[in-house]
Amino acid sequence: MKHVELMDISKSYDKQTNVLDEINLSINKGEFFVLVGPSGCGKSTLLRMVAGLEEITGGVLKLNDEVANHLPPKNRNLSMVFQNYALYPHLTVEQNILFGLDVKRVNKKEQKRRLMETAEMIGLSELLKRKPKELSGGQRQRVALARSVVSEAPLCLMDEPLSNLDAKLRAHMRVEIRRLQRKLGLTMIYVTHDQVEAMTMGDRIMVLNDGKVQQVGKPITLYNEPANTFVASFIGSPKMNMGKAELFVENRQIKVEDKLTFHLSPSDLIHIPADKKTMIGIRAEHIYPATEQDATNYLEVVGVEQLGNETIIVFEELGGHLWNAKWPGQWAINLGDKVPVNISVQNFCFFDAENGQLIQPAYQEQNQEQEVIAQ
Amino acid sequence: MRMPLSKKISLYTLLTVSAFLVFVPIIFAFLMSFMNSQDAMLGKIIPSVWTLDNYVKAFERLPLLKFLFNSLMTSLLIMIGQLVLSSLAAYAFVFLKFKGRDALFFLFIATMMIPFEASIIPNFQTVKGMNLLDTYPGLALPFLATAFGTFLLRQTFKQIPKELKEASEIAGMGHFKFYLTVVLPVAKTSLVTLALYGFLTAWNMYLWPLLSTTNDHVRTVQIGLKQLQSQETVNQWGVVMAGAMVVAIPTLILLFVGQKRLQKGLAEGALK
Amino acid sequence: MNTESAMPFEYNQVHFEELKKQQRKKVFLKGLLFLLPSLLLFSIFIFYPMIRTVYLSFFLTNQAGITTVFVGMQNYIDIFTSPIFMKSLTSTFLFVLFTVPGTIIVSLFLAVIANEKIKGIGFFRMIFSSTMGVSVAAASVFWLFLFHPSIGFFNKILVTFGFDKIGWLTNPEWALASVSLSTIWMNIGFTFLIILGGLQSIDSHLYESANIDGAGFFYKLRRITIPMLSPTLFFVVTVSIINSFQTFGQIDMLTKGGPSNETNLIVYSIYREAFVNYQYGTASAQAVILFIIILIMTVIQFKLGERKVHYQ
Repeated sequence: MKHVELMDISKSYDKQTNVLDEINLSINKGEFFVLVGPSGCGKSTLLRMVAGLEEITGGVLKLNDEVANHLPPKNRNLSMVFQNYALYPHLTVEQNILFGLDVKRVNKKEQKRRLMETAEMIGLSELLKRKPKELSGGQRQRVALARSVVSEAPLCLMDEPLSNLDAKLRAHMRVEIRRLQRKLGLTMIYVTHDQVEAMTMGDRIMVLNDGKVQQVGKPITLYNEPANTFVASFIGSPKMNMGKAELFVENRQIKVEDKLTFHLSPSDLIHIPADKKTMIGIRAEHIYPATEQDATNYLEVVGVEQLGNETIIVFEELGGHLWNAKWPGQWAINLGDKVPVNISVQNFCFFDAENGQLIQPAYQEQNQEQEVIAQ
Repeated sequence: MRMPLSKKISLYTLLTVSAFLVFVPIIFAFLMSFMNSQDAMLGKIIPSVWTLDNYVKAFERLPLLKFLFNSLMTSLLIMIGQLVLSSLAAYAFVFLKFKGRDALFFLFIATMMIPFEASIIPNFQTVKGMNLLDTYPGLALPFLATAFGTFLLRQTFKQIPKELKEASEIAGMGHFKFYLTVVLPVAKTSLVTLALYGFLTAWNMYLWPLLSTTNDHVRTVQIGLKQLQSQETVNQWGVVMAGAMVVAIPTLILLFVGQKRLQKGLAEGALK
Repeated sequence: MNTESAMPFEYNQVHFEELKKQQRKKVFLKGLLFLLPSLLLFSIFIFYPMIRTVYLSFFLTNQAGITTVFVGMQNYIDIFTSPIFMKSLTSTFLFVLFTVPGTIIVSLFLAVIANEKIKGIGFFRMIFSSTMGVSVAAASVFWLFLFHPSIGFFNKILVTFGFDKIGWLTNPEWALASVSLSTIWMNIGFTFLIILGGLQSIDSHLYESANIDGAGFFYKLRRITIPMLSPTLFFVVTVSIINSFQTFGQIDMLTKGGPSNETNLIVYSIYREAFVNYQYGTASAQAVILFIIILIMTVIQFKLGERKVHYQ
């Protein structure tokens, strides 16, 4: 069942430039929906329009199948968690959590019950009498969460709630927020600029750039079948390696940035798009280490990042970008070496050279995965 | 970094000499207020006999207590009025977005360029016309609205994260309640600064009380001091000084207590 | 989208516009409500009096201040041909010229030495700001004594060193300077506090890195303190100028405008003209002049200041 529905929603400030352009979207009840994009893409504005904190310039917003454009925030039955948590500095944790209930004149007994329940669930029972400035970042974050939970609003909006936390805590809170959302059956709209957060938390993700929807879908779909070059390079870390490609059917060859040449088997020729010029993308994990025998290409190493369980190898520039490979395990490689790699055309995503739209995703994803495991 | 001893000594010397020079008029007055008239006539600095006579005489000669009370009432009235009016106005300038707001803000700035002293004549006539001469409201009314106070508080309010307002909107809280229950408590420090400043300047007002009071019932202590001074002859300097000390000591104490806060608050309100 | 759903859709957009307009109107009214008390008082005690003053300046009035005869520019012609008013103007400008730089230099000096973090500095700051807590009336009494011809402190010092006594407040050559000196004293408390506040808001890292480079005290003063302090100084200068033009209390208590009108500063002149001589018309004309002077001063300040001031 649809909970939030956006129809041709747009936003402009001076009636000229559109910050958001005809966004269409529907979010189901109980869904964890992530809005992701680089800063300034309009994702926060979109969230704030759903919250009612920002005027909607054009289009229709429906909440529970009813038009909600004109409703003030308080009548939208939602809760919101802000990036800076928006805790009232002069109130205790308890008063902060109960702030909204007080305003809505929920009776004291009910307040008490909900407070205890929520504090228990989120692990704040010990801190209720403290002021926000006596709390750590993570604890403040919890208070903000608690305030949202205690409202019992079925729709929860979160605007970059984890970006003020350190990496470790962030990873922990990701899991916790997700758990909480499932448990309470909340519909969640979650804004972040961090694609890892988007990938790990979302049931579905919407990638936004320059006020336009780039792609909406399941995390794994976005990863495997990015709708365009923007999504391809935005989702996934390290980002997808991209290069201009030219197809020479007569030679059974495809050349990338005039540097890398790939020979095409007859089955490749059937599968890949027939366009002469395209943009190709390949994930870092699909540039495999190779021996002299099975090497398809040699690439010069300009950087090595040892992560312990895996190694990121940074190669020379191709098409103005450094290419990355991600190899499992630990590799001792010297800078400046030319290392043999195995790259398969089957793992190429093809994009239109002009507009960057996806022509064809990697066509043997499935096979490849199994091979990796086999190795 | 630790300071070398020689630098420390010279700094302390400099500070002490400066402090003495700045404070010397007050010290002289203080000492003289405990002198008998012979000492004063002889031009002594330290009284040969310490006496409270001057204070007794000052309070006998003028209803100083009444004057002090009048000053207190007027200053409190002005202080409270300024707090309420400036905080309301500052709230509008920070949390309410509406057409014409910038024009109104400019209007507030403009009031700073119109000196009160240049418009005393109509103000006197207005207050007289309202039958408010010789009343506390008449003394206070022209000073309740202040652009300076509004700027000071606007500066503080602007530092309140807008998310607090938004969170309260989602919770369903209206503007006035948000102003009362969130903005005012959060901006407490600045309100205290403004209160201090407002009280101090109101207590020390001279021209307006001189014009708008004609009898002892509402006359403020400043005008009382002027009376005392103009009545006295040379040989009763001690009494005048005692009066001056009575006038100055309340505000001096207030200043000493609130100096740090005042300094911070004024710097913020004045500069940003 | 089919045509059936298009119809209500169009209607909705118009409907929303209507609602938005209503909401904006509501916010506008609320804004006015919050501003109303201040606006009302400003109108009664600042804007109306200003206009009224200009109006009065074109009239003759009776004792009660009721306008009787329209005289056009006559009041202005009168004051500008009156040697007393011209004298008052000159004195006022001289007074500003003495007091503003004096106050700023002394306060800046005090603030710089009080900005060091050493033991007991709080006490010194308290003393330096103390004159802010002393009212004009009380301060005037203090200085009346210091200036007293026979028992005053200054003359006693002069006599001790074998000089002749000076009639500080009665000698036309000294009176304005004496009043200026006492005014500087009265103003340093406030100015000191503001400048100290400005000094303390300067990022201490700037000094630390200068120390690492081995910069001396005056180098730091010239290259860091003064430039970083310029917004504060700008503000303080503006406020001091405006305050100086509005000086009244110490004149009323110390000299009553004398001797021979040497210290008859403009506000005192207005006061006397209006409330002693009951010449509301000419007094208003003088007030208009004062207003214009202050307006020009502020504008010049902003024009000159904005270019030179170093904002972070």
